[in-house]
Amino acid sequence: MESVIEKKTMLECKDIKKAYPTPKGDFVVLEDFQLQVKEEEFISIIGHSGCGKSTLLTMVAGLNDITAGDILLDGTAIAGAGPDRAVVFQSPSLFPWMTALDNVLLGVKQVFPHATKKQREDICKYYLNKVGLGDAFHKKANDLSQGMKQRVGIARAFALKPKVLLLDEPFGMLDSMTRVELQDVLIDVWSKEKITAIMVTHDVDEAIFLSDRVIMMTGGPYAKVGDIAHIGLERPRERHAVLEHPDFYKYRQHLLTFLDH
Amino acid sequence: MSSKISNALRWIGFTSLEPLLKLIRGEEPKKNGLLVFKKLLVPILSVFIFLGVCNAGAKYLYNIERERKIENTRSVQGEEAAQQMADCIDSGDISCKPNSLPSPADVWSGAKTLVEDHKMITADKKEFKEKTAAINKKRKKQGKSPIEYTGRPSFVDQIITSLKTVFAGFLLAALIAIPAGIVLGLSETLRSGLNWVIQIFKPVSPVVWLLLVSMVIKTILANADMDKSFVISFISVGLCSMWATLVNTSMGVSSVDKDYLNVSKVLRLGVLSNVFKVVLPASVPLIFTGLRITLSVAWMVLIAIELLAQSPGLGSFVWEEFQNGSSDSNAKIIVAMFVIGGIGFLLDRIMMFVQKMVSFDSKA
Repeated sequence: MESVIEKKTMLECKDIKKAYPTPKGDFVVLEDFQLQVKEEEFISIIGHSGCGKSTLLTMVAGLNDITAGDILLDGTAIAGAGPDRAVVFQSPSLFPWMTALDNVLLGVKQVFPHATKKQREDICKYYLNKVGLGDAFHKKANDLSQGMKQRVGIARAFALKPKVLLLDEPFGMLDSMTRVELQDVLIDVWSKEKITAIMVTHDVDEAIFLSDRVIMMTGGPYAKVGDIAHIGLERPRERHAVLEHPDFYKYRQHLLTFLDH
Repeated sequence: MSSKISNALRWIGFTSLEPLLKLIRGEEPKKNGLLVFKKLLVPILSVFIFLGVCNAGAKYLYNIERERKIENTRSVQGEEAAQQMADCIDSGDISCKPNSLPSPADVWSGAKTLVEDHKMITADKKEFKEKTAAINKKRKKQGKSPIEYTGRPSFVDQIITSLKTVFAGFLLAALIAIPAGIVLGLSETLRSGLNWVIQIFKPVSPVVWLLLVSMVIKTILANADMDKSFVISFISVGLCSMWATLVNTSMGVSSVDKDYLNVSKVLRLGVLSNVFKVVLPASVPLIFTGLRITLSVAWMVLIAIELLAQSPGLGSFVWEEFQNGSSDSNAKIIVAMFVIGGIGFLLDRIMMFVQKMVSFDSKA
């Protein structure tokens, strides 16, 4: 059943091209890349390494220049990086000299400049609690495990109340046990906030479990959207239910077949 | 309790005493025994070997000097005088002692002389102060400057003067080099544009800095009523030693982890909070490495600069002893050498300690 109310488009990539100049002429990573992401949609971008999926994400984040084309956020073209597009980096990138709370607080201060100190701290503590770090507010980021650091990274991103959440292989550096834990944490927090999210990954199961749509990219150079899989599994999703769902293997087969070519 | 002691030892950098502590407590005797041997006995043994080599060397040089002295006397004054000279030397009389490298025993007695000397001068100063207290009070009332002690400074006074100079110089270096390093680190344009300044001035000898600084200071402070030689020497020390901090700070600031900068961009931190919350804390380890090098260079060049600038301190002490050539001068110079080395080592340890306190990176 199609949803009756058509959701508005939150993010739109129009004719995106990314080329790096080399002595032998331009090296074109992406060309003619089109993507529309609706409000409250969670999409994953999957593809072979080097296909430019991370490049695309950094361009949306505003950390990388666009060679040609437009990226529209809520109807306006983006200019530079900003807290309306929060990023969860592959390496947690916490400031090791700050506590977990201070790391989250730093961004919250920027986004809510008129809030009182107490209000800001409450926001941070709310999200740190959400990601399961209720007892680690005042631990130095350096003393946290890799998985805990990435939890703080997720809390930091959500606490910014962004329009779009960008996840750049957020669980790529974690062991498989921690990865599963953090996927559950992410889906849990996301279900409540419904922030439009774009995640880059090369884990097929992760993409299906978390997303509404999976964008499959063709191999680079000159990468573009190759295929799109609509994941119709109902939300809220629960890991065991998803794994037992017959459609899960259908989607999995679809993605793997695409990636094999 | 015992772990507290271990922690304290680790903090001040004496980890080598830890195994001994454990051995006394009877923990893992085999492993800790080996560690005590490696970390404690071998260093101590090496000190004795060092002293032995010094002693043998000193004796060898002493004998050469003795033979030469006797031979000289023989060729000038004849056999009888030579015999007398040999007796005189062997009796240990100071008046005919050959002037050569002092043995460890000589150095030890030299050190004792210096301590005695310090006690004497301190007592003398105290006496002087008591004597002049009444007069100085009167002079103060009349608006005149008090009479000050103008006697010879003791060895300890010289050390204190040197430390003052080196700290003033170090502070000057840090105050110039850290801000300048941050600016250079942040701006690629300035960094490549001003690179020549660093490349050209970094290798300039302390002596040349001293001359340059004294040229300028002489003009600026021509009429000022202050200790010009102190000002000249601390500025020269600062200018010689600041380059390590400058280079390290600009390198640290320019090589901050790209992920941190990306986070800063996503959060849209302002310039100031970017510098103070992200860039500076991230480059603290490298800045401190620079400061440590700066302090050790400052201490090293200080001696040469004091020696040339005629400013009081260990450098002038060494030079005066060398010039004066009395029987225990050489021993005093060696004492000064060890004191200089020891203080340099201590300063480095203090810097390491401070670095551990302020840096997020505990491994540094």
